[in-house]
Amino acid sequence: MSTLAIDKAGPTRKVKYGSMSRDRTWALRWSYFFLTIFAIFSLVPPIYMLITSLKSSAEISAATNPWWVFHPTLSNYVELLTSNQFLRFFWNSAMVSIFVVTLTMLISVPAAFALSRMKFWGSATLATGVFLTYLIPDSLLFLPLFKMFAVIGDWTGIQLINKWYVLLFLYPTLTVPFCTWIMIGYFASIPKELDEAAIIDGASWFQTLTRIFIPVALPGLIAATIFAFTVSWAQFLYPLVFTTSTDQLVMPVGIITTLIKGDVFNWGQIMTGALLGAAPPLLIYAFLMDYYIAGLTAGATKG
Amino acid sequence: MAEVNLRKVVKRYDDVEAVRGIDLDIADHEFVVLVGPSGCGKSTTLRMIAGLEDITDGDISIGGDVVNDVPPKDRDIAMVFQNYALYPHMTVAENMSFGLRLKHYPKAEIKSRVTEAARMLDITDLIDRKPKQLSGGQRQRVAMGRAIVRNPKVFLFDEPLSNLDAKLRVQMRIEIKKVHQKVRTTTVYVTHDQVEAMTLADRVVVMNKGKIEQIGTPNELYHKPATRFVAGFIGSPAMNFLPCRLEEVGGKLNLRLTDRFSFPLPPVRAAQYQSVPRSEKLLLGIRPEHLTEANGHAAPGVENFETVLDVTEPMGMETLVYFTLEGTQVCGRVDPNAGARDGAPLRLAVDLNNMHLLNEGTGAVL
Repeated sequence: MSTLAIDKAGPTRKVKYGSMSRDRTWALRWSYFFLTIFAIFSLVPPIYMLITSLKSSAEISAATNPWWVFHPTLSNYVELLTSNQFLRFFWNSAMVSIFVVTLTMLISVPAAFALSRMKFWGSATLATGVFLTYLIPDSLLFLPLFKMFAVIGDWTGIQLINKWYVLLFLYPTLTVPFCTWIMIGYFASIPKELDEAAIIDGASWFQTLTRIFIPVALPGLIAATIFAFTVSWAQFLYPLVFTTSTDQLVMPVGIITTLIKGDVFNWGQIMTGALLGAAPPLLIYAFLMDYYIAGLTAGATKG
Repeated sequence: MAEVNLRKVVKRYDDVEAVRGIDLDIADHEFVVLVGPSGCGKSTTLRMIAGLEDITDGDISIGGDVVNDVPPKDRDIAMVFQNYALYPHMTVAENMSFGLRLKHYPKAEIKSRVTEAARMLDITDLIDRKPKQLSGGQRQRVAMGRAIVRNPKVFLFDEPLSNLDAKLRVQMRIEIKKVHQKVRTTTVYVTHDQVEAMTLADRVVVMNKGKIEQIGTPNELYHKPATRFVAGFIGSPAMNFLPCRLEEVGGKLNLRLTDRFSFPLPPVRAAQYQSVPRSEKLLLGIRPEHLTEANGHAAPGVENFETVLDVTEPMGMETLVYFTLEGTQVCGRVDPNAGARDGAPLRLAVDLNNMHLLNEGTGAVL
């Protein structure tokens, strides 16, 4: 019925030249609507953390408006930043993250280069295999891994459990597959003629990687680095399972285990610790955002 | 600089034979163009010379040394790719000097070579730019510069002009020819464009289905094609092929095209084709420029006939006319003032002195 009416009206109807921009306007309105909702949704927790971190324990437990600070204090910050324990957690986290990022890049960049460019028997299967390992969640892996390190400890006498550096062996199981996969994708977008030109120019495989591929794929490399850093900085399960002594803990676990005593939650310091812990990744994102986005959209457009 | 020799070179991918045993000798300083339709094996052949593809069988030698198992970097060759393959993060100068820097040439030597090549290619002003700041033609010059500074034994070009627009392609063609005249390096050049092949080459190698159809100078290929493929591939518009047979009329040899048309052969041609069996199914090969408007003067071997044109294409300096003969479309080139119009009759002349006779079955030119 309605189509009939439209068809009849057809010849006399004005052509809508502006329909493109009208579609666009509506798309933008919806985008803003949903983006605003999501922005509020994801920004409320950190804001609440900030508010709480500026309160004294007395004010936190008082029945006042929880969204407002009536007697702001920096005492939580002072206490945490002067506590050797907290600084130790921070130091452990930094060491683990820096080593893991370095290790991950040293493994996954050459691996991705080999898998994407040096066609060898089984390279395609291996590339898929690398990705599949990433699909196994850490909550499934931690028990067998724990058992493995226990057995290694029994056999060789090298006790890695409850040492912060055991994490250097554990985190790469999460970071290497994903970073390798990102880099494979990125390297694949580099035209084949580029390495052929380099080979004819006299470059070895290693020189092709270091002098052509890494510089050209720098945005992808930075994206992978940020990913590896974020994973190692925020990982919770592995350090919770593998480290117990206070001086071996990394920050996410350290904050929880030392600031929650029995059923007493030191909310002010927990929030402060969480905020301070979130600072380094935040700074890195802020500075490398452009590269990160370029890395994520790599291959979407050529040039 | 050096000669390049291919002996029974074969390339097989699993069960597909891309190159089926080719022999080719390229002399020192020579500019050889491999031309053919896509999939004819020309690029594969070039990549085998470069060392980017392994050889399944046969031998390739550069400068007298067999290089079958020599890696590309030790073959002393330089290659220019279709998509330029410039290193995007390096400036023009860095792109050009990359190979020399890898070989640890002295800085002064590198600088002088780059400057010299840049001057030759007229890209001196662009030396500090990145590839993305350059136009297609400029990028291709840089790619050539990268090849020149290496001063290799052999230049390899893999369809270097295919990404450029038509006008620029003509210009770069001349540039490439000029560069070759200056540096005189042995060059192997691959293209699918027969005009490029004809204009650039000392000798053209026409390839088809993994084999060499014919090797010759541009003029040899044009005037004395060996096969139907070469005859049809070289020249634009392409040569016309018309079914025909020979017949004897009053002791003289005639060429019978249709029930309507039978032309006496000029004496030289008659002698040439005397031994061809009269029953053989043949093809008359005649280039469009030998089908012109009749001008009233009788010349030996030139026969006039009347036809109705289907389509005319005015090109300015000439008009291409298309008509149908026994179901075959035929193209001729007439003077723009000959009065050729779509659907109108026109009196044409065919110059049988420049005809080719082909065996319809084998495609061989008789």
